[in-house]
Amino acid sequence: MRCLVTGGNVKVIGKAVHSLSRIGDELYVEPTEDGLSLRAVNSSRSAYACFLFAPLFFQLYEEGSLDPDGETFRCKVLMKSFLGVFRSLPSLEKMVEKCLISLNPRASRLVVQLHCKYGVTKTHNLSFQECELLQAVFDKELCANTLRAPARVLVDAVVHFPVTLAEVTLGVSPAGKVSFRNYLDEETEPSRTMVTELCLSEDEFQDIQVQQQSHVTFCLKEFRGLLSFAESSNLPLNIHFDSPGRPAIFTLSDPLLEVHLVLATLSDPNSSSQVHSTTLQARPANGAFPTATPDDDFTGDDIDSYMIAMETTCEEGLGLPSSPTFPQRHPHPGAGLESQSSAMESDLEGAVPGTPPQKKFRSLFFGSVLTPSQAGTHPGPSQDVLAEDSEGES
Amino acid sequence: MRFRAKIVDVACLNHFTRVINTIAKLAKTCTLRLTVDKLYFILTDKVANGGVSMWCELNQGNFFDEFQMEGVAAEHNEIYLELTPENLSRALKTAQNAKTVKIKLTNKHCPCVTVAVELPSLSSSSRIVTHDIPVGVIPRRLWNDFREPSVPDFDVSIYLPVLKTMKSVVERMKNLSNCIVLEANLNGEMNLKIETDLVSVTTHFKGLGNPPWVSEDGSQNSTQDRDPESMAEARIDIRKLLQLLAGQQVNPTKALCNIVSKRIVHFILLHEEVSLQYFIPALA
Repeated sequence: MRCLVTGGNVKVIGKAVHSLSRIGDELYVEPTEDGLSLRAVNSSRSAYACFLFAPLFFQLYEEGSLDPDGETFRCKVLMKSFLGVFRSLPSLEKMVEKCLISLNPRASRLVVQLHCKYGVTKTHNLSFQECELLQAVFDKELCANTLRAPARVLVDAVVHFPVTLAEVTLGVSPAGKVSFRNYLDEETEPSRTMVTELCLSEDEFQDIQVQQQSHVTFCLKEFRGLLSFAESSNLPLNIHFDSPGRPAIFTLSDPLLEVHLVLATLSDPNSSSQVHSTTLQARPANGAFPTATPDDDFTGDDIDSYMIAMETTCEEGLGLPSSPTFPQRHPHPGAGLESQSSAMESDLEGAVPGTPPQKKFRSLFFGSVLTPSQAGTHPGPSQDVLAEDSEGES
Repeated sequence: MRFRAKIVDVACLNHFTRVINTIAKLAKTCTLRLTVDKLYFILTDKVANGGVSMWCELNQGNFFDEFQMEGVAAEHNEIYLELTPENLSRALKTAQNAKTVKIKLTNKHCPCVTVAVELPSLSSSSRIVTHDIPVGVIPRRLWNDFREPSVPDFDVSIYLPVLKTMKSVVERMKNLSNCIVLEANLNGEMNLKIETDLVSVTTHFKGLGNPPWVSEDGSQNSTQDRDPESMAEARIDIRKLLQLLAGQQVNPTKALCNIVSKRIVHFILLHEEVSLQYFIPALA
């Protein structure tokens, strides 16, 4: 793979990496025929982002040859290392004229070369790991509610919340009222914490489609990461969401770039749309949701069922309408399978301690890579099987 | 008990915000006393505060366009609230370009001071941000705890040097020691000293001037008998002093301190519309 980025687009890539660094510790790089995709996911699998740069974004775009299995090469690098190349955005803008990203599977490095002014060339050789496909399964067409607004409006909205605030609740009503409020989790005492609410009128939005009154609560940190990218790109931001518990999808697009951020939302234990009996503890911040009694269903939840859940979705995934940006993948046949599934297992085990125990976000569902034979052995389930952490909170 | 107030003028809002920011730097929680004419921010000298006390007084008319207060009872037409000034500071921080800011006492899940900010927006209707700050209502039987402290019987009263200079001196001293000795005399001289096993550093200020105090019965202040060269000193916690100096966002019109030797230092900072008194006890 070889991609050459020139001029102002270098800063765009830099900003994208900064945005992705708010999400996860590893950057997944995948050159496809639709363009170069940069993705990240957080350790608790509750946030996922993908930046897809079309071939025309680059002055030169060579996807690279497919490997003998017909798969494009994909790898992941340490976010810290990749971010280090693009750390200072002002100096990127001032000094860097061209950026060449090349990947040679046979060599063991991802090479990022910055061609700067005055004849200076900085070459960064980053080590990478081959990796499994990272793909969240979601479909924004299935979301009942959509908002579209210039990023500026949303930036101005979240500025009223403290930088340390973890989660924010977005509320909409069919009357066209949109509100953001800081979320108080069950650990916080309501009589001691300041509650901030911002109300925006529908005039501030370019588009609002709301089917019924709903609230969703998601992590502000990752959202802010996307907002800062959106603000500099001047593109309107679309928010697609549904009922509490189902992921919220944030998108930006233009002919050269498509950005998706998918965030898990806190589930409302009494919501009638909830499919699963595994519940989250979510005490209402303001009485909007009744207090739930904790339902500890985690005894049955073990790694095996998690793995099964993933297989299931992969199978289901083949049937779902595919979003244009994420073409369905064919299961990766056998040879590398064992190492891949053990990688997933260790990912899972690694994920559990990383999950903040009091935040029970449903993890997003990822397509797994399995042989067709393995994929065939399970009952047809509902569309999104959400896997809880096996660490339950009593 | 009712309280509603509104600020419309941008300059008043900025000024009020600066006062709140200063208070927030001095106290984690404090008492807000509301009367018909004034607002007071009070901190009493509990051990938890390190014995520090604070009395800050504002004339409401200088800040608010509308101010309605109904106290707990007709003959006690005041309200005493316990609040965290940092919350108020945060609420006002992003309100600096607001069209109006309303502050009122409400009862949501608990008594709150609600700050409602109306912000300009591109659309026809304004953007509203509300901040509900939980407060505690202080019952009347405890009001006596919050009386205005009297000016102590000081040994020396002296004007402070330019606060910015004093702050940068104290800031550097903070790295060397936890206590600082503040001494001054009636000749307009002040020294700031730190002493550790390894080093002692003294900064001398001269020509500061001593404010003329006249006691209530009109007689000359007893300090007139004092030898003008003799220093009154107090050893105080350097962080408390720095908190006071660092919190000042605007240069006061008048800044002075009264030293009771080895007992307490009483700082008075006067601005046009705000007066702040701060007491730092001497360390043993």
